Amino acid sequence: MEAVNLLSSNRYTEKQIGYLFISVLVNSNSELIRLINNAIKNDLASRNPTFMGLALHCIASVGSREMAEAFAGEIPKVLVAGDTMDSVKQSAALCLLRLYRTSPDLVPMGDWTSRVVHLLNDQHLGVVTAATSLITTLAQKNPEEFKTSVSLAVSRLSRIVTSASTDLQDYTYYFVPAPWLSVKLLRLLQCYPPPEDPAVRGRLTECLETILNKAQEPPKSKKVQHSNAKNAVLFEAISLIIHHDSEPNLLVRACNQLGQFLQHRETNLRYLALESMCTLASSEFSHEAVKTHIETVINALKTERDVSVRQRAVDLLYAMCDRSNAPQIVAEMLSYLETADYSIREEIVLKVAILAEKYAVDYTWYVDTILNLIRIAGDYVSEEVWYRVIQIVINRDDVQGYAAKTVFEALQAPACHENLVKVGGYILGEFGNLIAGDPRSSPLVQFNLLHSKFHLCSVPTRALLLSTYIKFVNLFPEVKATIQDVLRSDSQLRNADVELQQRAVEYLRLSTVASTDILATVLEEMPPFPERASSILAKLKKKKGPGTVTGLEDAKRERGVDVNGGPEPAPASASAASTPSPSADLLGLGATPPAPAGPPPSSGGLLVDVFSDSASAVAPLAPGSEDNFARFVCKNNGVLFENQLLQIGLKSEFRQNLGRMFIFYGNKTSTQFLNFTPTLICSDDLQSNLTLQTKPVDPTVDGGAQVQQVVNIECVSDFMEAPVLNIQFRYGGTFQNVSVQLPITLNKFFQPTEMASQDFFQRWKQLSNPQQEVQNIFKAKHPMDTEITKAKIIGFGSALLEEVDPNPANFVGAGIIHSKTTQIGCLLRLEPNLQAQMYRLTLRTSKESVSQRLCELLSEQF
Amino acid sequence: MIKAILIFNNHGKPRLSKFYQKFSEDTQQQIIRETFHLVSKRDENVCNFLEGGLLIGGSDNRLIYRHYATLYFVFCVDSSESELGILDLIQVFVETLDKCFENVCELDLIFHVDKVHNILAEMVMGGMVLETNMNEIVTQIDAQNKLEKSEAGLAGAPARAVSAVKNMNLPEIPRNINIGDISIKVPNLPSFK
Repeated sequence: MEAVNLLSSNRYTEKQIGYLFISVLVNSNSELIRLINNAIKNDLASRNPTFMGLALHCIASVGSREMAEAFAGEIPKVLVAGDTMDSVKQSAALCLLRLYRTSPDLVPMGDWTSRVVHLLNDQHLGVVTAATSLITTLAQKNPEEFKTSVSLAVSRLSRIVTSASTDLQDYTYYFVPAPWLSVKLLRLLQCYPPPEDPAVRGRLTECLETILNKAQEPPKSKKVQHSNAKNAVLFEAISLIIHHDSEPNLLVRACNQLGQFLQHRETNLRYLALESMCTLASSEFSHEAVKTHIETVINALKTERDVSVRQRAVDLLYAMCDRSNAPQIVAEMLSYLETADYSIREEIVLKVAILAEKYAVDYTWYVDTILNLIRIAGDYVSEEVWYRVIQIVINRDDVQGYAAKTVFEALQAPACHENLVKVGGYILGEFGNLIAGDPRSSPLVQFNLLHSKFHLCSVPTRALLLSTYIKFVNLFPEVKATIQDVLRSDSQLRNADVELQQRAVEYLRLSTVASTDILATVLEEMPPFPERASSILAKLKKKKGPGTVTGLEDAKRERGVDVNGGPEPAPASASAASTPSPSADLLGLGATPPAPAGPPPSSGGLLVDVFSDSASAVAPLAPGSEDNFARFVCKNNGVLFENQLLQIGLKSEFRQNLGRMFIFYGNKTSTQFLNFTPTLICSDDLQSNLTLQTKPVDPTVDGGAQVQQVVNIECVSDFMEAPVLNIQFRYGGTFQNVSVQLPITLNKFFQPTEMASQDFFQRWKQLSNPQQEVQNIFKAKHPMDTEITKAKIIGFGSALLEEVDPNPANFVGAGIIHSKTTQIGCLLRLEPNLQAQMYRLTLRTSKESVSQRLCELLSEQF
Repeated sequence: MIKAILIFNNHGKPRLSKFYQKFSEDTQQQIIRETFHLVSKRDENVCNFLEGGLLIGGSDNRLIYRHYATLYFVFCVDSSESELGILDLIQVFVETLDKCFENVCELDLIFHVDKVHNILAEMVMGGMVLETNMNEIVTQIDAQNKLEKSEAGLAGAPARAVSAVKNMNLPEIPRNINIGDISIKVPNLPSFK
């Protein structure tokens, strides 16, 4: 409060301290903001440049929505007014930019835009710098409106570039003319394709050539700042060249320049050169040129002392890889992996796996590479990688024998990684017969080898090995007895883990009950996997975030394609024996074996697909969820669902057409939930009208713990249904599936409107078209209490208008539904009849479907 | 844009922090700590850029830093800024501080936080570079100082006292003044039971 008083002081010191306090300490939601806004308004109007500067700074540092509302109209005027001081103009430009960032919808586009573009011609370079920042951001959103800025920027740039270092006096930084402005202008040009006008284009090319030429000149100063500034411009010019990607000549020069930097003394330059070269490698003109630097890059990988530079080198190697140099690059990366920094190992593993697969000519090489990968960095090999190798081996007949032999040899190492055991178990289970002819790898030897690792492995791996054993029973009848003994042993049949126990029991029964024919059908070789996009790639994409993986691949590969990423991670090789619903097939096997009798569930698809299908089938809505749903129509927070295991709580907030919902999943038991996956399901209709965004949650929920998920909501247009939240998880070995309706309803996007009686009835009459009105007469379900009803109408989102209706017993409300496309005004009237315990609800809106839906929702409430 | 500007000393004590994106107090403290950990374990002659800092923006975040004697100057920026440009901006910032304080040292930043903020405000506004011309900045600051002096009656006395004390260089001046202990709060999950 004291600070606000200081603001209105006329003494500079006091005002300044006041502003400083506010910029540093006040957060944007403070109640004081109104008072502050007032003081700022006075200062903006004061025409004292210092005060205006202070005020603008304050707006820029607080930058809240309220401020944007108050000043978004004002600042453009200050910015383009003829008599504004240069320094104030600068501040105004950046201030406007700040407001545009927080609330783009509030900054009006108008005739000031063209005048802003002309600021690029301003005398004062500081103003030009600020204006360029502003235009760059605005141009990204509205490229058309700022198209004229291109030619202006080019001419400005050429004036700077060709000027002697003394011309620009103050803006020369260590003999480089206006480096920051040049960088900004080059950035602005990167928002647009190459200019079409040949004159402008010629001039731009000339500029870029001059910049490249300057790089060759001897430095004018030995100071590091000089070279820094010069190179900042140079790198920006190079990225513009890459962005345009049209002048092969310039591209090659850029590439050569970067090549020089690769061996530069300065670590910074090496880092940036590697980074730019990554983008350069994806251009078809320069791909070959980039490849000439392969030796240097590999050398950098080996000798560089800085992790972040090495990481860039790996990126570049990945980008420049093609069929001709793949073996070399993969070999180098593998050898580097042994010494690589822990933080980047997983990424390298993914990259190696992708390159090996993508450019594999000879699949034996591929198998070798991946096995090596597992051997060197087993901990960093994710599931996707070894799933993929198995898929490929199964799909290619020619490598199956080789693969079986190689894994067998690899397994003989005294200590081998668990992932290798998994791959080994799987492949031997499928193709062990191909190498069984050799006495050194006879069935029994194979089995003993695998079983020697059994005790060292985790539960999922053991489960997989059990499946392998039952496959052995089919492949090699001679080891059947041995395997049955193993299955029968107490450590299997009475295993504490439900999954293992179940498998052991089922497989044992299967091997004793079923005839050879049935066994052969059930335990048939896996059918080929359908060729799909590699899931590893998706993983790398996800890890790096969109846009950073260099563009050798199409950007569009869906996450959903991971072939084996279903909810059941162990790729169980025996068929129905491990479906998620244990009771069904246990019973089935106990009687006659019906599961084997059925056709193997693999007509073209793969087993895991079948599992994921059956598992992800959405459970019917949980009982009682309708009631809960109705309660949430008029409120935003509370418990949505609860059973013995799980509690789901909600907190949500809505503003105009946007909303955010926090979903809290509470584990009420003392046991972990595994594979916990909540999914939001929208019908096709709903999907086009309502946008929901969320991040996946951690798949394990500890006992008694709570996890939180945030859903961002945008209402695109009015909608009828509500999205469904489906939750699947494993609780102590049983599979749980719960569905509830998520209370995101149309009325959440209500904004209340206050209006006087006269206005109300005028609007009411305007909406007299019969389609616009929906009326419902219904019996009261709850006691008819005036206060509760009022609260409900307010909770519904509309304003409650008092003294509007001539009959004081009636309730009248008004509001606007906000959606991205339209805004719909709504009026409502609720007439209670106490004697009959009935209500009559009338809704009038400008859209029929909206009236209908709101009436439905609200009728449920009374 | 620039997301944050942090200055801390070799021990990770924050000396100045300015955020151009909204973060809660707790997150700000965490960001400072995280940044310090990332930056401080790097050797002297490695490069001045690094990616990271999960709290601010994840992969689109770069830390650009310089190490001067006892202080680290760290700028957190997104990919729309030129790395070398920012590196030079740090240089300009430090040179300006040097001009304004005559041989700037860590204590100047402690005793004249307001001035440092003012200088920074002349250079960076709302996350964008406002002015890069050192002379211009110094002129603005001088103008401010003049205004201040002309208005300063009694108000000037404490400042003079402070500078006098500083110049005496007494041994009991605490080396590390603890500006606001960092308190870690365990985030409470809202309970709805």
